[in-house]
Amino acid sequence: MSATVVTPSSPIATAAGRVRDWLTNPKYGPVIVTAVLLVGMFAVGATRYRGFTNPQVIANLFIDNAYLIVLAVGMTFVILTGGIDLSVGAVLAMSTMIAASLLQAGWAPGVIIPLILLATSFLGLAVGLMIHYFQIQPFIATLAAMFLARGLCYVISKTTISITDPVFTALAQTRIPLAPRLSITPSVILAVLVVIVAVVVLHYSRLGRTVYAIGGSEASGVLMGLPIARTKVLVYVISGFCSGLAGVLYSFYTLSGYALTAIGTELDAIAAVVIGGTLLAGGYGFVLGSVLGVLVLGTIQTLITFDGNLTSWWTRIFIGALLLVFIFLQKVLTARRT
Amino acid sequence: MNVNKIMANRLFWPVVMLLVLLIINLLAFPGFFSVQIRDGHLFGSLIDILRNGSPTLMIAVGMTLVIATRGIDLSVGAVCAISGAVACSIILGSSDPASPATVTVAVVVSLLISLVLGLWNGFLVAVVGIQPIIATLILMTAGRGVAMLITEGQILTVNSPPFKAIGSGFFLGLPISVLIAAAIFVFALVLTRRTALGLMIESVGINPEASRLAGVRARGLLIAVYVFTALCAAIAGLVLTSNQTAADANNTGLFIELDAILAVVIGGTSLAGGRYSLLGTLIGALVIQTLVTTVYTVGIPPIATMVFKAAVVTVVCLLQSPRTTELIESARRRNARRRGKAVTA
Repeated sequence: MSATVVTPSSPIATAAGRVRDWLTNPKYGPVIVTAVLLVGMFAVGATRYRGFTNPQVIANLFIDNAYLIVLAVGMTFVILTGGIDLSVGAVLAMSTMIAASLLQAGWAPGVIIPLILLATSFLGLAVGLMIHYFQIQPFIATLAAMFLARGLCYVISKTTISITDPVFTALAQTRIPLAPRLSITPSVILAVLVVIVAVVVLHYSRLGRTVYAIGGSEASGVLMGLPIARTKVLVYVISGFCSGLAGVLYSFYTLSGYALTAIGTELDAIAAVVIGGTLLAGGYGFVLGSVLGVLVLGTIQTLITFDGNLTSWWTRIFIGALLLVFIFLQKVLTARRT
Repeated sequence: MNVNKIMANRLFWPVVMLLVLLIINLLAFPGFFSVQIRDGHLFGSLIDILRNGSPTLMIAVGMTLVIATRGIDLSVGAVCAISGAVACSIILGSSDPASPATVTVAVVVSLLISLVLGLWNGFLVAVVGIQPIIATLILMTAGRGVAMLITEGQILTVNSPPFKAIGSGFFLGLPISVLIAAAIFVFALVLTRRTALGLMIESVGINPEASRLAGVRARGLLIAVYVFTALCAAIAGLVLTSNQTAADANNTGLFIELDAILAVVIGGTSLAGGRYSLLGTLIGALVIQTLVTTVYTVGIPPIATMVFKAAVVTVVCLLQSPRTTELIESARRRNARRRGKAVTA
């Protein structure tokens, strides 16, 4: 041990110290590791599989996971306050069902989409009020919301409803060219917009600072006179809104509504947020980290698809293993600091 | 005075809920409480409730202890799937699927594997110190993948009478699955309430540090609790698999962790750890299963069960919330004061 310690005055040591400081910082450490991991996974893919370096592979990562990015953004807000939202997958499914059934009934998309966003935000509001004013644990309150949303899916229809509306199909099939042989969908642009808004809100607004404060120490926040009650309810509204929007994006993606769709997506969203470096106890984390988390999950999927020999259930095992690694990492990082 | 005392009991609302559901059933279907003996077995709606609710109860018993330590175990559904998959693949792989020896081996091996899974959860929570919800989330995510690997992505259908008996057989007129659930329940009740174990579990849940200083071995206790829950989940998985005579890695025990947690919460055990009530959990599990049955007897489309469940959970949680107690308390005090004034005037 002592032999490897370099004198602190040498420039290499200070550089190494700085790197170590970054890596062991609970704020930046996990995000940096996630970014390195993502690059590493791409390097592995590029060396092992032909066509992996095609820019469209990266674009597809965004196209296939646009809805998950939006979900993860909402989940980040909730987890930053130290809460959790188990209802996002079910709410997403409910949104696709509402969209599909109302389109079938001949409603205009311009009415349906705001209606969905309003309904899911309202559900989030109800959950938030239950959590804050009745002191019901977020786990149970959002579990009830999950049952409600999933149940409503079945009430709307047991079978798949396909979407044939011209606006929806146009949005699903439009490709926006970025470069020759490289294109994205409108959903990606929407998801990126959501991320930008979330970053601005979290880092440059009073609401964002209060969200971090709740996660850091709710009691201190109250003593500082921050609007804790309002903010705590609001993060669930945000999550509800994001789930609704993710549902709309998902219905663009699949062009159908199905009650059993997106089972377990809440786990993907939580996993993305954790892998993205947000501390589950709240207080530390970035929206951009969650986006990286989603991309890591998407890359695992892509790697498995490219490989062809691995069956799809390896995805779950890989995600579990990755979660484990990142939780260990968080543990080590937070232990160093305290 | 007595009414107040009864109302203050934390089992009051769950019992009321159960009674209300039973009465609704009785009104909708007058023969609801009749239990008949057919071929030496007991038959009837009540028996069905017990039988269908037994896997949830088994898991909920373990979950109660985990929650009492301020933990939670999300992986039980995945453990169910793994144990079912292991048992079925062993039975299928043997030369004589119908022999009791094969089934015994299958059951023992799947229990041993779940023991390892429980140790893993306990290790992550107690030794590494990861939040329980996340520690068990890992197995919840990866577990179904593992179950898929064991079944090689197929639904394993087994034809083995001794195995089928676990889930759908009868012993002394009662369904075997109910007897297993009862045995687990009584075992946990006696073990934790007739010894100091229950008290220790509660003390770990209330303040791990203080109980460590008081000489409670929190680490071993936590591991034991997670192992016990995994074993309960494995047994429930065997019952579920045996009932369907098939192991389905995707659907065996799907959402059962949520039902089990709900049973515990409805039973009045707080997710914040500490005081727990196994009796409450029993009532909670019965409430959930009765709810499902009610949906059928009353003629609500079964697909709406989840909406119904959400409503019941919300109502029970709101009733049990400290805030509601406060509101009721202050209303009662106001009433009493008014009455007091009336008396003095």
